[in-house]
Amino acid sequence: MSSLRIEEHPVLSFPERKLVKFFFDNEEYQGYEGEPIAAALHAAGVKTLRRSPQKNRARGFFCAIGRCSSCIMEVDGQINIMTCITPLQEGMRIRMQKGHGAITA
Amino acid sequence: MSRNTEIFVIGGGPAGLSAATVAAQLGATTLLVDDSPKLGGQLIKQTHRFFGSSNRDAGIRGITIANKLYQDVAEVANKLTVLENTAAVGFYSNKEAGILSQNLYERVSYQSAIVCTGATENSLTFDNNDLPGIYGAGGVQTLMNVHGIKPGKKILMIGSGNIGLIVSYQLIQAGVEVVGLVEGMPTIGGYLVHASKIRRLGVPIYTSHTILKANGETGVESAIICRVDPKFQPVPNTELKIDCDCICLAVGLTPLIDLFQQAQCRMVHVGELGGLVPLHDSSMRTTNPDIYVAGDASGIEEATTAMLAGRIAGARAYESIYGKSKEADAIIAEAREELRTLRSGSTGERIRWGRERVIREVESC
Repeated sequence: MSSLRIEEHPVLSFPERKLVKFFFDNEEYQGYEGEPIAAALHAAGVKTLRRSPQKNRARGFFCAIGRCSSCIMEVDGQINIMTCITPLQEGMRIRMQKGHGAITA
Repeated sequence: MSRNTEIFVIGGGPAGLSAATVAAQLGATTLLVDDSPKLGGQLIKQTHRFFGSSNRDAGIRGITIANKLYQDVAEVANKLTVLENTAAVGFYSNKEAGILSQNLYERVSYQSAIVCTGATENSLTFDNNDLPGIYGAGGVQTLMNVHGIKPGKKILMIGSGNIGLIVSYQLIQAGVEVVGLVEGMPTIGGYLVHASKIRRLGVPIYTSHTILKANGETGVESAIICRVDPKFQPVPNTELKIDCDCICLAVGLTPLIDLFQQAQCRMVHVGELGGLVPLHDSSMRTTNPDIYVAGDASGIEEATTAMLAGRIAGARAYESIYGKSKEADAIIAEAREELRTLRSGSTGERIRWGRERVIREVESC
């Protein structure tokens, strides 16, 4: 997996988890089942998660605890999902959110 | 749907867990809600050994303290209900509150509430401070110590308080290169023992410096720092470019106080405590007599004092329903003595001033 995964740590150990496939803007990625979507994307090197509504500025991971809304994305057709606290599941289709997004369903 | 409880605790960090455990141990029916999937608050990402009181787990790691608190909770499971992934969203006037979990909204009727919502991280003003790759120190710790992912390869740390120093060390442990530590004050803010550790590992510490700008379009590519004068104004022609792919902000915390304001608790601004805090007495009771406070929401401090204040709030909330109790008194006396010791000495000076001001204000109203 990506080099941003911690391989060795003097204090912590991270349990083996199941690798799953998911899609980000139609490209296939891999991450661990149950980890936050934004964490899986970050580990895979994806930094821009959405674009700001007014100035189209790149927005990424920030607070990591579902507080700041910097990481909101479109997940399986639903907009404004806080991806830093939403667990990754096999086959999820994730898209970068532009501005406020659009309700499609 | 609705729930009934005697004591309603909001927040499952060190303060909330301690408050709920004490209240349940004394015999009150208690409900604790936390909006995250895992209890423990910030303790679950603290890999370092704590200082503080030997009665309260000095010398052991934050993650281990969290495990001990879980055990305490498990032992009072007959009196204490815990709901994870559940946020308290507001108070009503008649001792009722609303909680929201996944897609379920419920009402909670309570006798006394203890609000331990903790704090949010401060940001800092500089050019491009919204770029992906700029994180709060808490975000970095979550990513690294909970999810096992590095924030980047080369990181610049802003702020040399204990959080900035400790997280720098944790980043090095995780295999991230800390390219520098920037501090606006002329001296390091945190304990020198932490600073020496990262200094020995070769991290340059830039005191009397600030960050002016982050460079990059869709992510951080470098940062510009510069020297500041005694009035914290940038000194011209002292700019220094530092290559890095991420920046960590460890520039303090602000108490998370929305629920207190919504419950019409009187608030007071105390700089030493991190900003606006609910006025409260030495029993941790706010000016809304049904609502108690503990932990960082009552003023920014750290986990050991949060646990102690939580114990006081839990015991007093119990007494507010069941009347005076010798057992509760003993818990409070012990916690107060430990707090007094922890806040003594020069490192506790700011906290002492801040807390004395809150007590003076509350006495005058």
